[in-house]
Amino acid sequence: MDYELSHLATLEAESIHIFREVAAEFERPVLLYSGGKDSVVMLHLALKAFMPCSLPFPVMHVDTGHNFPEVIEYRDAAVERAGARLVIASVEESIRLGRVVEETGPRASRNRLQTTTLLDAIEEHRFDAAFGGGRRDEEKARAKERVFSFRDEFGQWDPKNQRPELWSLYNGRHKQGEHIRAFPLSNWTELDIWQYIAAEKIELPTIYYAHRRQVFRRDGMWLAVGPYVTMMEGEEAVELTVRYRTVGDASCTGAVESTAATVHEVIEEVAATRITERGATRADDRATEAAMEDRKKEGYF
Amino acid sequence: MAELLRFATAGSVDDGKSTLIGRLLYDSKAIFEDQLAAVEATSASRGDEYTNLALLTDGLRAEREQGITIDVAYRYFATPRRKFIIADTPGHIQYTRNMVTGCSTADLALVLVDARHGLVEQSRRHAFLASLLRVPHLVLCVNKMDLVDYDQKVFDEICTEFRSFASKLDVNDLTFIPISALDGDNVVNRSENMPWYEGTSLLHHLENVFIASDRNLIDARFPVQYVLRPMQSAHHDYRGYAGTIAGGVLKPGDDVIVLPSGFTSTIASIDTADGPVDEAFPPMSVSIRLSSEIDISRGDMICRPTNQPDIGQDIDAMVCWMSEASALATGAKLAIKHTTRSARALVKNLHYRLDVNTLHRENDVTTLALNEIGRVSLRTTVPLFFDDYRRNRETGSFILIDEATNATVGAGMILGPTQS
Repeated sequence: MDYELSHLATLEAESIHIFREVAAEFERPVLLYSGGKDSVVMLHLALKAFMPCSLPFPVMHVDTGHNFPEVIEYRDAAVERAGARLVIASVEESIRLGRVVEETGPRASRNRLQTTTLLDAIEEHRFDAAFGGGRRDEEKARAKERVFSFRDEFGQWDPKNQRPELWSLYNGRHKQGEHIRAFPLSNWTELDIWQYIAAEKIELPTIYYAHRRQVFRRDGMWLAVGPYVTMMEGEEAVELTVRYRTVGDASCTGAVESTAATVHEVIEEVAATRITERGATRADDRATEAAMEDRKKEGYF
Repeated sequence: MAELLRFATAGSVDDGKSTLIGRLLYDSKAIFEDQLAAVEATSASRGDEYTNLALLTDGLRAEREQGITIDVAYRYFATPRRKFIIADTPGHIQYTRNMVTGCSTADLALVLVDARHGLVEQSRRHAFLASLLRVPHLVLCVNKMDLVDYDQKVFDEICTEFRSFASKLDVNDLTFIPISALDGDNVVNRSENMPWYEGTSLLHHLENVFIASDRNLIDARFPVQYVLRPMQSAHHDYRGYAGTIAGGVLKPGDDVIVLPSGFTSTIASIDTADGPVDEAFPPMSVSIRLSSEIDISRGDMICRPTNQPDIGQDIDAMVCWMSEASALATGAKLAIKHTTRSARALVKNLHYRLDVNTLHRENDVTTLALNEIGRVSLRTTVPLFFDDYRRNRETGSFILIDEATNATVGAGMILGPTQS
C-alpha cells in the first residue's frame, strides 16, 4: 500500500471536510442549488459527507424565472432523490414586491436582480452560512476568494479585508446578521468537475450535452431562442448542434457549438478548449473587466 | 493516477515570478485565449511594453489600479502526471502574512532570485518562512540566466551562498535550477544554453518530486469533526465519528484511546460514502465507528493508546501576527482554533521577536505587530491535543482570532509544552 490518493480523491476529501466543518460550526446553513453542474457536484459531495444521515441543511434555488425547463425538471427530481428540503427564492416575487425593478430592453437580464433576492432569502430564513459552488479557476476575482468568505450585515464582500486562511483551519466566526459563504469547490477546475462527474457517474441536466437547438448570435455567443429574450433587428435564428458549459439565467447564458454527447466526449472537449467557460458563455461577466468583483461586493454568489 | 501538488511561489515582480507562472500556465495550456486577450488589451491600454502576465492573477480592481498584488492568488494547471495548485504570494516586505498563508498548505516552495543580483534580503526571508512553515521541499530558481550569458560561475556562486544560509534553517530537500523564464530555458524543457547543468527542468522536478512520504504516517491522529447519528430507523444504531485523518494510518481492529476522556475501544469500521475501507490515512475524510459506546463529541481526538499527542493547556509556539488593527501583547486574550477544537487563549509570555532577515532574536520586546514573528507561551482554557509542528503540520498548527472583531489575527506553529 503506497498511501497515495488521486487528485480527485484529495479534492473530494477536502470538500467533504469543508461541508462537515460548516455543518458543525453553524446553526442554519443552506446549500445554494441551481441544477448547474457545479451545484450538482456540490449536492453529491454534501450527501457523501453526511451519509448515512440525511442532509443536515436545506437546498435553495435562487430562481430568476428564466429557466431552461430541462434544468427545473432535473432540479426537482434530484432534490427529491436526495431527500432534501428545497427552498425557492424567487426573483419574480422580488419584482412583484417592488424590491427590485426589472431591466428593460432587448438585453434585459435578471442576473443582477438575483443578489437582492438571495440576500433577502438569507435574511428571511436567518441562514448563517450559504454553500456556493464558486471555483477559483472561474474568474480572477474568485481566484482570491476564501473558502470561508465573510459577508457583513449588508451581504457585502470586502476583497481587501479578507481573513487570512491557513492550513485547513477555517474561521467561521460572525455576529448576528452577518454570514459566511462557504466554497467547497474552491480548488477544483472545470476539468476536475467533469472528471469527477465521469468517475462518480453523476447525472446532469441534458442541456450539458450536445443537442439541436434554435439559437441566434449576439455578442459572439449563441443565445437560445425562447420566451425570455427579444431578438433584435438583424439577429437571425438558426438551428445548430450545441451544448451548454454553464447554466445560468436563460437570457444571458450562451451555448457553444459542440457535438460532445457523452461525459467522456465533453472531457475531451474541455481538455482541448482554449476559452474559459465564463468567457465563452456568460454575458453577465462581460459587462466590464471587474464585473464579477463588483457583483460579488454587492453580495452575488 | 494523477496526484495533487501544492506549491507556493515567492519573489517580486522584478524577479520574473509572474513571467515564470505565466509560462508554466501557458505551456501547460492553463491560460485561456480569452484570458490572454483581456490581459493583452489591458497591458496595451496601460502602455506596458510587454504583455503583463501579472494581470492574469491580479484581478481585483485595486490591484490593477495600483499595479500591486495584495493577496494570495490561487492558480491551477495540470499535466498528465500531476495536478498543481499554485499559491502565488506577493513579494513585498509587508506581505509576510501572505507568504505564511501560501506556505501553510504547500508541499513545495519556489523561491526566485535574479541571477544578476544574487541573493537579496527578500530571498533569504522567503526561504526562512518556507522553512518555518515546514514546507517539505524548497526550490531555488536562479532566473534571468540569459542576462548573465548562462554563466555557470554565477549560478554556482549563488548556490554556494544560499546553501550556507540554508544550513541555519530546517530545510530537508533543496534543489537549485538555473532558468530563463522569459525564454523558457529549463522551465518545461532542458535548456540547450546551459549544457553544464545536469539537473532536470523545473516542470519535470514539479512532476516528479517525491511527496508521498511528506505526510506523517506514523502518529495516528483523528480529530473528531462531526458526529453522524442518523435519525432514520434504518440506521438506528449507527454512530460514526466523522473527520479528516490528521496523521498516521488507522485500521479496523486497532486499539484506540479517546481524548480527553481516556476511554479505550477498538475501531469497528472505517466508513466512507463509497463503503468501508481497510485503512485510512491523511488526508482522507472518513467516519469511524467504535466497538463500544462512549460519549465522544467534536473536538475530541482519537489516537493509539501507545502513541498519544501532548495534552495540555500551556503551549509554546512561534506566532506570526497578521493584523494591522492590533498587536499581540502579553496578557492578551484571544480565541484559538486548533484542529477541530476551539478555546480561548491567554498570552502569558512573549519571549522574543525574530528578525526574519537576519534570524536574530530580539529579546526586549513587548508586542508583535503585523507581519512580525515571535515565540510566545499561551495558556488555554481547555487542554489541547497537540504535536510539535515539525512533526505534524495538522496537529501542530492553530489560528488566533480577535474576539471583538472575529478577524483571524495570528497563525501559530507549536514548539511543545511550555517548560516550567
